[in-house]
Amino acid sequence: MADTGIGASVRRREDARFLTGRGNYTDDINRPGQVYAYMLRSPHAHARIKKLDTKKASKAPGVVAIFTGADMKTGGLPCGWLVKNQDGSNMAEPPHPPLAQDFVRHVGDQVAVVIAETRDQAKDAAELIDVDYQPLPAVVSLADAVKPKAPQVWEQAKGNLCYDWAIGDKAAVDAAFAKAHHVSKLDLVNNRLVANAMEPRAAIGEYDNLSGDYTLYTTSQNPHVIRLLMGAFVLQLPEHRLRVVAPDVGGGFGSKIYHYAEEAIVTWAAPKVGRPIKWTAERSESFISDAQGRDHVTHVELALDKNGKFLALKVQTLANMGAYLSTFATCVPTYLYATLLAGVYTTPVIWANVKAVFTNTVPVDAYRGAGRPEATYLLERIVDVAARDLKQDPADIRRRNFIQPSQFPYQTPVALQYDTGNYEATLDVAMKMIDYKGFAKRKEEAAKRGKIRGIGLACYIEACGIAPSAVVGSLGARAGLFESANIRVHPTGSVSVFTGSHSHGQGHETTFAQVVSDMLGIPIEQVDIVHGDTGKIAFGMGTYGSRSIAVGGTAIVKALDKVIAKGKKIAAHLMEAAEADIVFKDGKFSVAGTDKSKTLTDISLTAYVPHNYPKDLEPGLEEQAFYDPLNFTFPSGCYIAEVEIDPDTGVTKIMRFVASDDFGKIINPMIVEGQVHGGLAQGIGQAMLEDCLYDKESGQLLTGSYMDYCMPRADDLPSFEVKHSDKPTPCTHNPLGVKGCGEAGAIGAPAALMNAISNALGIAHLDMPATPERVWRTIQKQKMPQAAE
Amino acid sequence: MASINVAMTVNGKAASGTVEARTLLVQFLREKLGLTGTHVGCDTSQCGACVVHVNGKSVKSCTILAAQADGAKIITIEGLAKNGELHPMQAAFKEHHGLQCGFCTPGMVMSAVDLVQNNKNPSEQEVREWLEGNICRCTGYHNIVKAIQAGAKAMGR
Repeated sequence: MADTGIGASVRRREDARFLTGRGNYTDDINRPGQVYAYMLRSPHAHARIKKLDTKKASKAPGVVAIFTGADMKTGGLPCGWLVKNQDGSNMAEPPHPPLAQDFVRHVGDQVAVVIAETRDQAKDAAELIDVDYQPLPAVVSLADAVKPKAPQVWEQAKGNLCYDWAIGDKAAVDAAFAKAHHVSKLDLVNNRLVANAMEPRAAIGEYDNLSGDYTLYTTSQNPHVIRLLMGAFVLQLPEHRLRVVAPDVGGGFGSKIYHYAEEAIVTWAAPKVGRPIKWTAERSESFISDAQGRDHVTHVELALDKNGKFLALKVQTLANMGAYLSTFATCVPTYLYATLLAGVYTTPVIWANVKAVFTNTVPVDAYRGAGRPEATYLLERIVDVAARDLKQDPADIRRRNFIQPSQFPYQTPVALQYDTGNYEATLDVAMKMIDYKGFAKRKEEAAKRGKIRGIGLACYIEACGIAPSAVVGSLGARAGLFESANIRVHPTGSVSVFTGSHSHGQGHETTFAQVVSDMLGIPIEQVDIVHGDTGKIAFGMGTYGSRSIAVGGTAIVKALDKVIAKGKKIAAHLMEAAEADIVFKDGKFSVAGTDKSKTLTDISLTAYVPHNYPKDLEPGLEEQAFYDPLNFTFPSGCYIAEVEIDPDTGVTKIMRFVASDDFGKIINPMIVEGQVHGGLAQGIGQAMLEDCLYDKESGQLLTGSYMDYCMPRADDLPSFEVKHSDKPTPCTHNPLGVKGCGEAGAIGAPAALMNAISNALGIAHLDMPATPERVWRTIQKQKMPQAAE
Repeated sequence: MASINVAMTVNGKAASGTVEARTLLVQFLREKLGLTGTHVGCDTSQCGACVVHVNGKSVKSCTILAAQADGAKIITIEGLAKNGELHPMQAAFKEHHGLQCGFCTPGMVMSAVDLVQNNKNPSEQEVREWLEGNICRCTGYHNIVKAIQAGAKAMGR
């Protein structure tokens, strides 16, 4: 068992189908008689629809139907988190209709849906729709949106403010600042990103008019939540009439968590046209319709004593919401961001104020890491600035302020209680890996070659396994978060596991099977993992926030415990022993102190063909568990980047990138490393290449395709050196001791790189992305006499 | 819209159909032949999820019309494994965890096989440069590069 159990780098069972072209992604599915939907989208960032005439288009070849907002007056797409203003009032919550009602509020807003026999015909016909727009002034940047006379995105959100929220003790922070030896200050931007999962979003809506059943195939990270939101709020269909299937999904990174208009539109329209309707986004369409990420502007101040001990932190952030509130949007810059501002440090008092702002841009929501990368970036940048101000080594100042292993559980001043951690251990490992001490020599050597070398480190922490229902409820979530699992042991001993987690690249079919095979002592081949279908699985909250193994995996363990307990009852009956004397080990139920035993197969077969059971023993061997953890999990780590800049071109080359993480207990090291690699690539992408830009005047998206949004390619990235901490600290409140690893790379990498680049350039700060142009300009500015500034 | 008859050999079998003149090769493969292993990830020929072999060379099947492939020999990801055995490059991707969500994978594998046809023992840098036309969002390319180098070795055996 050892080679397939917990801790083994089992090769992924899902790979065979992906490698041979037999994956089953939503656009690969074709339903009999299917027709195709094309969304006509607004070319304006803000406009009133004066006239919308579909007559000519409806006569175009192949057109089956055209619907507009006038036809589809359903519920709006709901926002899942309610944030309260500082004064206790509720946030502004404007409606989010699936098809525009009189106004459009961002480029890409859906105006009409054309349904035709082929994709091309639907697209052709959309060209013939006559829309008369009255363009209105638009606002896209945070700085502009909060100006006194800024154009208003929503009448009901005065000053474009969605909410003005705060956490922490402002009076205590002010008092600490008044007594501080030194205050470091920084203004920084966390640039807007596009998630860009390689599989564009797609949806197929289907309706059976005899049974009244709806089926939606969709590219979702959480099909049950889509069913809940669409059933309860948007279309008001009873759950048992609506099946949501998220088959193979080609990456998500957050952008496929949310309930999108297109899913509601194809499901709503299916009975009207009497045929299945497929919609697949083109990439340029994804750029203007998938929720985007990050987009913060922050002013931060850190107060220190004369030894470099942190006394207090003050943070003021503007967070862009875009034009509508996407499903998770409001919780990202508040509960997922500000609650992590303690980082790995003992800063005694913290105050953070977050203002969420509407703009005429694509909605912003969680993107890999969600709030945690923003918190880590700002904290690890201001710590470096403080080290620079006080002329201390960046590693030393961090060490001085780390929460020590003896201090856990550690209550931060911003709501969270960390259960375990050893920050110094991950720092030590990373510094050793990169030979931190030898840097000065390498810098000198690089200088001889005309290159500017820099080193930068970042120590991150993340709150993963998003769930504790009580906690998220107290933070404004309108639903509790948990996970479910159902274990069905079949008569001959093979096992189907029905999990509410959703795999879209994370390898659950392998990792979860390892856990089950390990616990039940059966070959991994006997375990089947079923996910992504509300028709098969009781309920699920899906996959995001690195919650799959910590929450979903634990639900599986809880269900397995019940299976084993039931197995003991059956074994006791079969071997005529007392239930209390049955021991389960290595796949066998034995009577303690005897050589009598039964295998799981003996038990399961008997479970389904009983003829002499006692009255109180039910046939069958199938158990279900819902697991709601007591706390988040807190993975942490240290990343160090070493870069070389060519001063003539501004091109930055990553010479080495080392990652030392503490994910607690690890189920499959190979998969965990792969998750870190992917996260690092996205973090490095943010730091050096990616930037989602809008034209300030027109609100047009300037980076609307892969031609102009710079996606990291193979030769933009180095090979990574990844190590799990030598001293992992397992999570204390889940039985697996696991913490989650999917977002770590994206959280820690931007700060490490920007610290390295600032270090190389000898400056306090440079905003991301550090493109060659931006770096080159910085170098040129340094060459200029001071007076020219 | 004008229609055109096209005929080609796909994965060793004759395939033909009537298509609109504007039909792309990838549309013909996916929609007419049901070979859905070839994916569409963008509309600007940047991502490489649709790479197939046309007359032995890797081509983005969204950059050519079905009509242009008339008479050609096409190999798609479905045609790579033989007799139920993974091609050495496919096996290397599995062994080295060179894929996660699997969406870019068919294009990656098809590109990689063509690279090795031209360069039997590519260096890390050569692999990274060759992959310029294939985007992966999951793996950070680290394991893809490892897989391709291992696949190249296995193909040489």
